[in-house]
Amino acid sequence: MSTATVESPGPAGPASGPNRVDKEQQPYVEVQKPRRTGIKLLVLLAVWLVLYAVFKGKMTKALGLQDTNSLHQKLNDARDWVQLDGKDNWFFGGVLGAIGDALDAIVKFFQELISIPAFPRPVPEIGWLGVVAVLAWITYAVAGLRSTLLVTGTLLFFGVTDQWSNSMDLLIITMLSVVICILIGLPIGIWMARSKAASGVITPVLDVMQTFPPFCYLAPLALFFGIGPACAMVLTIIYALPPVVRITEHGIRSVSPTTIEAARSLGLTRQQMLRQVQLPMAKRTIVVGINQCTMAALSMATIAALVNGPGLGKVVVSALQTLNVGVASVSALCIVLMAIMLDRTTTAASERGQGRSNVGSASGMGVMLTGVVLERLPRWATEDAGRGQRLPRVTAAGRGFLLALLFVPAVVLVLLSRQQLNLATFPDVSETPVLKWISGPQLAKGINNFTDWLVSGVDTYTIWIKDHITMWFIDPLQSLLSDSPWWLMALVLLALAYVLGGWQPAAYTLACEVIIYFTGVWNDTMVTLSMTLIATVMTMLVAVVLGVAMGRGRKADLIIRPFLDAFQVIPPFVYLVPALALFGAGRFTAIVAAMAYSVPIATKLVADGIRGVSPTTVEAVRSTGSTRWQMISKVQLPMARESLVLATNQGLLYVLSMVVIGGMVGGGSLGYIVVSGFSQDQLFGKGLAAGVAIAALGVMLDRIARYAAARYGR
Amino acid sequence: MTLTADQPTSDTSTSGEAAVHVSGLWKIFGPKADAIMKSDDAQLSRKDLQEKTGHVVGIRDVSFDVAPGEVFVVMGLSGSGKSTLVRLLTRLIEPTAGVVKLYGEDITAMGDKALLDTRRRRVSMVFQHFGLLPHRKVIDNIAFGLEVRGEAKGGRRNRAQEMVDLVGLSGYENNFPDQLSGGMQQRVGLARALASDPDILMFDEPFSALDPLIRRDMQNEVIRLHHEVGKTMVFITHDLAEALKLGDRILIMRDGEIIQIGTPDEVVAAPADEYVRDFVSDVPKSHVLTLKWVMRAEQPGEVDASSPVLQAGQIVRDAARVVIDHHGPCRVVDGDKVVGVVDEEDILRVVVAEEGLQ
Amino acid sequence: MSLGLAACGGGDISDTTTAGGDGGASCGDLRIAVNPWTGYVSNAHVIGQVAKEKLGCNVTYPDVKEEVGWQGMADGSIDTIVENWGHPDLVKKYIDDAGTVEDAGLTGNDGIIGWYVPPWMAEKYPDITNWENLNKYADLFKTSESGGKGQLLDGDPSYVTNDEALVKNLKLNYQVVVGGSEAALIQSFRSAEENKTPLLAYFYEPQWFFDELALVHVDLPKYTEGCDADPAKVACDYPPYALNKLISTKFADSGSPAVDLIKNFTWTNEDQNLVSKYIAEDGMDPDDAAQKWIDDNPDKVDAWLS
Repeated sequence: MSTATVESPGPAGPASGPNRVDKEQQPYVEVQKPRRTGIKLLVLLAVWLVLYAVFKGKMTKALGLQDTNSLHQKLNDARDWVQLDGKDNWFFGGVLGAIGDALDAIVKFFQELISIPAFPRPVPEIGWLGVVAVLAWITYAVAGLRSTLLVTGTLLFFGVTDQWSNSMDLLIITMLSVVICILIGLPIGIWMARSKAASGVITPVLDVMQTFPPFCYLAPLALFFGIGPACAMVLTIIYALPPVVRITEHGIRSVSPTTIEAARSLGLTRQQMLRQVQLPMAKRTIVVGINQCTMAALSMATIAALVNGPGLGKVVVSALQTLNVGVASVSALCIVLMAIMLDRTTTAASERGQGRSNVGSASGMGVMLTGVVLERLPRWATEDAGRGQRLPRVTAAGRGFLLALLFVPAVVLVLLSRQQLNLATFPDVSETPVLKWISGPQLAKGINNFTDWLVSGVDTYTIWIKDHITMWFIDPLQSLLSDSPWWLMALVLLALAYVLGGWQPAAYTLACEVIIYFTGVWNDTMVTLSMTLIATVMTMLVAVVLGVAMGRGRKADLIIRPFLDAFQVIPPFVYLVPALALFGAGRFTAIVAAMAYSVPIATKLVADGIRGVSPTTVEAVRSTGSTRWQMISKVQLPMARESLVLATNQGLLYVLSMVVIGGMVGGGSLGYIVVSGFSQDQLFGKGLAAGVAIAALGVMLDRIARYAAARYGR
Repeated sequence: MTLTADQPTSDTSTSGEAAVHVSGLWKIFGPKADAIMKSDDAQLSRKDLQEKTGHVVGIRDVSFDVAPGEVFVVMGLSGSGKSTLVRLLTRLIEPTAGVVKLYGEDITAMGDKALLDTRRRRVSMVFQHFGLLPHRKVIDNIAFGLEVRGEAKGGRRNRAQEMVDLVGLSGYENNFPDQLSGGMQQRVGLARALASDPDILMFDEPFSALDPLIRRDMQNEVIRLHHEVGKTMVFITHDLAEALKLGDRILIMRDGEIIQIGTPDEVVAAPADEYVRDFVSDVPKSHVLTLKWVMRAEQPGEVDASSPVLQAGQIVRDAARVVIDHHGPCRVVDGDKVVGVVDEEDILRVVVAEEGLQ
Repeated sequence: MSLGLAACGGGDISDTTTAGGDGGASCGDLRIAVNPWTGYVSNAHVIGQVAKEKLGCNVTYPDVKEEVGWQGMADGSIDTIVENWGHPDLVKKYIDDAGTVEDAGLTGNDGIIGWYVPPWMAEKYPDITNWENLNKYADLFKTSESGGKGQLLDGDPSYVTNDEALVKNLKLNYQVVVGGSEAALIQSFRSAEENKTPLLAYFYEPQWFFDELALVHVDLPKYTEGCDADPAKVACDYPPYALNKLISTKFADSGSPAVDLIKNFTWTNEDQNLVSKYIAEDGMDPDDAAQKWIDDNPDKVDAWLS
């Protein structure tokens, strides 16, 4: 049976030939232009190897561990001046001194309130029971029942593991820093969103703040603020500020132009626009920024133990020094729980009573990254997770009444905890049945026993792995980079930057090379570069395998993601303890620790990219009969290229920021110099210079990677 | 499409075997689909089943055959299960129950390897959102299917170039998909599907993302290609006009069930139920109905040997000129046998009814 | 304070708010820097525990590296360092020039820094204890970290060390590798002795670990006064250290009773090793370990308080 043709033409119609597309705009025809990058790189490598063989070990600018140059001496002198004469200077003694004293006083006030004895009382003003009651009540008011249970459980766990006081200290430093970050960061972010000039000036500053490894400003900050809570707070604020500023700017900027236009057509002033349109619409994004800030603050407040910041970090640091995996793990567990508690509570609070709104719609690296970090913690604890929506909600008035009603017992418990000793200090549970198994010492002992057993079982293999990777990869690469004359390395890096990304990254590279040259730690920088490269490659190998598994399968995702989440909130130097136990001190150990830090973020980005490949494409490819391997290698990985590049970039920066910490476990080179600069008087200047070199190295690698990514983006 | 008016079945003499054979096909979505399939719950309505078990019926007990060379259109509103159905045919979605045979080969019983091979050689699909690989050039997209099955680079390039010319994209081989317009992208999709020289082409709403004018061009392109390559086609659409224009036969679905299978004129002239009637109510009937549906029984002496002869399968609109020019009843024949007559009034009834609608 | 006892009873807080102790004089805060080795921790907690129990001080223990501790005393965030290893540069800067820190007398501990090998090596290679033979054995000490040379394992980056200069100036075919901490060094010695693997490492006394394993000192060219004056040219063994205590000038002038306690504090290497062993090997809490020693040695403690 024939069907009619509604429109006339049949096969004889003008439906053939390229001219048939004339109803649509004719796209231009792409002409291939060969780049021959591969050949250029090969030539570069060949020249490099030849010159390396000729000049090996000469002009390498190597500097002994204890040796310093004149720049380092000058920095030392500057330091001495600040230390000895700074007190009388209006800026160091006056401004910074006043800030430091104020911060110290605020911290002390809160510490005496909930964590340390408020002299002459033998205990804090409010005991553990009161703190639990008040925090639970607040959480219920701002977040909801689930969060309240989470908070209560977490707080009790701090007590049971005998970490109450340290946990409260960490909480105080973190929360105070966050509040200050919001007070400073929000206005700056708004300003940047509304002024191109401001954004142009401040963005590079934020870039540097985020590339500079936090360890490197430990020493100068300790110099300006003295060691203690004030220094810890400043450190934490510097580290946690950029996310608030950036995400605030991003949130306001990504308010849809249509909305802005519509609002303008109504005649809103700039002020009205900000108050009534931009801020409300960006609110949810800004909350995400605050959430990020909180997480960053928590991790930095832990590291601040190195400048005598109070909190759980102290326990971790001393556990590291005594190689006590158990104690380190218990405090790490407390930190992770605190992170989950803060993350879930802020998220739940932001979701409460608010419809869904989009977290920005613009694309690009920033948003991808935001999306990924948003996912950093398990969603199970969210209010509304699962089938929460079906339950009838308590009405607003009912809630208000309930809250008021619950306020009474909260106050009573606070008063009781001021009076009764065993409600003020957490009772010792090491003799209590059941609970004793999770009491701090017991838990630590159990973990230690397990670690000992594990290490004695596998250390022959781990040492074998370490020795072989060191011999076959680390040593040759390190020799190639650090035994080449400095001018050869400088030229090679320049050429690499030019071939991969054009003249802009080459210019950045040149500038960074000049900086590194003058820091006087050229050779150490090259050693660090070789370790960074190896760690990044290994990170990406692991991240691609895990990320592909997660991106392709929901089950794999469900299993792997919680581990990644946990790894992301554990303070970096906790990894060092088990890494040391398994591999002994050395560069490989530092690389393993760096991987532990960078694999989670890289994996998540890869998984995101794989999942982001349009289902239509995946289906279309399946319909052509691709095998699984073909699907991954020909479609999913190439299409996720942008994510892979971003993952590599982030992985690299994360690795670099662990370089310093790796210095504590035999990583050597720049990391070791930074650490020793922090602990030996005459190496202060050199440590500072090494910190600058790390930052310069980071900027250089980041720029090369970015431009190369843009060029080979497809 | 063709005006040759062959019943699809008439030229299947090659084997007598259906290109696509589907019987008792089911798809229930959810973790316990198999258990439900075996239980009585399977008989519940879609809504009841979802309320009771949280499972959704995608396809309920569907059976049909597609003849080789036929253009078989599956039509329904979104959510009716048509896209699920086409995916079940190549097991992009695993069926819960039932049998699918492609040229006699039981897809549902195939091992993974055989299934891959079938997808590589026998069936190709064209997708609504094209499903192109943005990181590959046009030519490499088209050659992708050949690459997947391991053909040498030279051979697949040549074949792909042929396809580029066939779909009228010459000159754009080295562009990337996102540099092309929507219509051109779908031509790439079409070329990719054709490149592997499959026995069966499946189209999943291939043109609904395109502008109306482009859509018309692409439909014509499909008609042209069907003429040139003569593949069996299974075509999914929610657009009745498209279905009527392309389909040799049309399957109408609702809630995962078949409502009606028939030729376009059958569907328009004799809708199986209110749903279909509603669907076809504003179709320009004169463009679809054949004389078979408008003729009446011959009254004695009404026509004679001089009266014009029209084929029963002829479209009303195409026959109108003859009938109106004749100013009297014309004979309608099926083969040699006179089966009825039509006159001006019969024709006008169809045309006027339509005018009234618009 | 008697909080620990009271906590069991769950009594009323007003009963215990009076600052306990026999002294009665108000002490206030006492912030004792804690450097990263166990011997130091023993000093700090014994002093701290006495100050807390007998003088009613509110004692805290900031964990800091040596140099940071000095800096802390200068800026007023730390009151005392209770085991100082020389640091002539810091002595000049803070005591002589700035006057923000004061010497508070010797701890009674004699400090030795040097290179050590595990006992099995000294037995098998008796001449290894002379530095002149070290090159002969360099191959034994090769590891993946030492780049084809022998490995000399060092401790925490903050420790006093001339090792790199020594290796260079004594023309030893060795490479200094940084192990990271006291615990890392102890672990390395332990497993070297257990598995009879070679190890040459930086270590120091007083050190409780010598009771567990009698490490053998490798003799470097003998120390003579001033032979280590130029850090870059040093080619002699480490000097014998008479370990001392430091207090910040500000704290010394505060009139706190803890000042005298710190100045009077003195004990032997054996005393310190005992407490260190309680902490490091028996896993006791430093406060408990200190209290145990205090309870066992009332005479010595009383002498500090008189």
